[in-house]
Amino acid sequence: MAKKTINVGGEIVEIPDINKNVVVMAVIVILGLIFLFSGFYKVDASEVGIIQRFGKYVETTSPGLHFKFPFGIDKVTRIAIERNFKQEFGFQTLQAGVRTQYSRADYSDISLMLTGDLSSVLVKWIIQYKVQDPVKYLFNVRNVEETLRDVTEAVMRLVVGDHSVDEVISLSRQDIEIQSTELLQVFLDEFETGLFVENIRLQNVDPPEPVQPAFNEVNQAVQEKERIVNEAETAYNKVVPQAKGQRQQMISQAEGYFENRVNRAKGDAERFISILREYSKAKDVTRKRLYLETMLTVMPNLKGTFIVDEDQKGLVPLMQLNERGGAK
Amino acid sequence: MKATRMLISIGGFLIFILANQCFYTLDETEQAIILEFGKPVGKSITDAGLHFKVPFIQKVTVFDKRFLEWDGDAKQVPTAEKTYIWVDTFARWRIADPLKFYQRVTNEISAQSRLDDIINSAVRTFVSENLLIELVRNSNRELQSSIDISVTALGVVAIDSIQFGRENINEMILRKAKEAMPDFGIQLFDVRIKRINYSEQVQKKVYERMISERHRIAEKFRSEGQGLKAEIDGKRQKELQRITSEGYRRAEEIKGHADAEATKIYAEAFGKDPEFYSFLQTLESYKTTLKDNTTLILSTDSEFLKYLKDIRP
Repeated sequence: MAKKTINVGGEIVEIPDINKNVVVMAVIVILGLIFLFSGFYKVDASEVGIIQRFGKYVETTSPGLHFKFPFGIDKVTRIAIERNFKQEFGFQTLQAGVRTQYSRADYSDISLMLTGDLSSVLVKWIIQYKVQDPVKYLFNVRNVEETLRDVTEAVMRLVVGDHSVDEVISLSRQDIEIQSTELLQVFLDEFETGLFVENIRLQNVDPPEPVQPAFNEVNQAVQEKERIVNEAETAYNKVVPQAKGQRQQMISQAEGYFENRVNRAKGDAERFISILREYSKAKDVTRKRLYLETMLTVMPNLKGTFIVDEDQKGLVPLMQLNERGGAK
Repeated sequence: MKATRMLISIGGFLIFILANQCFYTLDETEQAIILEFGKPVGKSITDAGLHFKVPFIQKVTVFDKRFLEWDGDAKQVPTAEKTYIWVDTFARWRIADPLKFYQRVTNEISAQSRLDDIINSAVRTFVSENLLIELVRNSNRELQSSIDISVTALGVVAIDSIQFGRENINEMILRKAKEAMPDFGIQLFDVRIKRINYSEQVQKKVYERMISERHRIAEKFRSEGQGLKAEIDGKRQKELQRITSEGYRRAEEIKGHADAEATKIYAEAFGKDPEFYSFLQTLESYKTTLKDNTTLILSTDSEFLKYLKDIRP
């Protein structure tokens, strides 16, 4: 058999003989390897694999390495059932971070809604949800996300429609979150979406722009009210405790007066009784002695003493002379 | 040898074509009908998996088996009280009978436009037959507010006595749409009002109303503040009067007791010899009343000086 040659750039190169069997073997081995490797697939920890054979659902596989029939016989779809998904309504986060950037686009068609008292309000909210039933999620609804958004909007308006504007903005935010979460789950179950709502969180709830200054005025009035009340209370607290202290002071002073008065009376009484006891023993002498003793104490301190005989007349001129000292 | 190889190749190719013509697969999300020269034959195939058909003669047309969305455009509709509102609805439907669906409406696009007509008309009917409050509210739950809200932007509305509510009206729209829909092989699953908003003109009126409402609320808070201030001020004055007078009363009581007690003690002691008491007290009073500015004029007749004149008694 003539050797096969090949012309490479004008040079004749011989191709060495290869056993035909080896070629066939190699092809079979390669095909076998492709078959094997295309049959293996991995399911990540937070996922499940949904296996369809010729399009028909056969099983759900748990995380790990699995084997399926290759060449399009078995098809695997991985669904992250542990992951939390989030949808924003009435706003859009462009880039989350320390300073989260929000889209400036107007989403008021989503957020503007009517309240039970027929006012308008802008409600922004988010929902967080998970895929609970991957089979339902994959096969039951076309455009599950679109359905979710439509239903969520309808539910939020249903709940807000049963609350007053005051309740939506401040009084009943939590009630609205709880009610809408429950209601949304009911509807999603009805549509067999396989989705589970973790929660609905109201974000900014504002009055429409033309009304905002009036709402701010209310806030100011509330603050003004608080300020006035605080001031009145400060004035109250400033004087009342002081008055209470003064009351106690008056009482204490009176009590002191009581002690003073009674003790003095007792002392005076004791003294009198003691003197009286001795006096009764020698009345006349004591009387005289006491009189003279008193005179002795009094007389030296006096400005002057005139001793006048009972026969003496014309006392007045004398006195006037003496009065010139300016005695009072 | 060459001819054999050729034959095998052609044979393999033919087998492949044949297999392709004999078998088809349906996904879980799909259903199908079989057309024989363009004419539907047999039943609809709704099971997913591998199926057999007659090659070359039969063709497969696939339809969606899932719930499909219908999202209408927002429409301006007057309510029963002639308030114009924008109503935006959505619906869910599915192809329940692919065979009928193919025969009557052919494809999804034409189905959507049929749904437009049917649903929009049902929505219009029920919106214009009901008061706005029936479309907005869902129950007669009592609303809390900082002011009286029975007077709304649309005048006095009995907001707490609705007859149907939105969910019931949704239900009625659905029923009406189902009745109105010919047998298209379509199952209408639900119709819901997604959004309701005022038309631009009404919206303006509503804003004006809301603003005047807020003014009222602000005024209420301000006067509440003044009222509370007056209350606290009054309480402060009352407390002050009470505390001060209490102190005075108690002090006087105690002092009275003190005086009474002292009087009693004095009376008891001095009562033993009133004459001596007045003697002593008089002497005592000399000590305090006769001071350095006093001039005393004594008669030689006085007790004190009686010896000055005469030693004899």
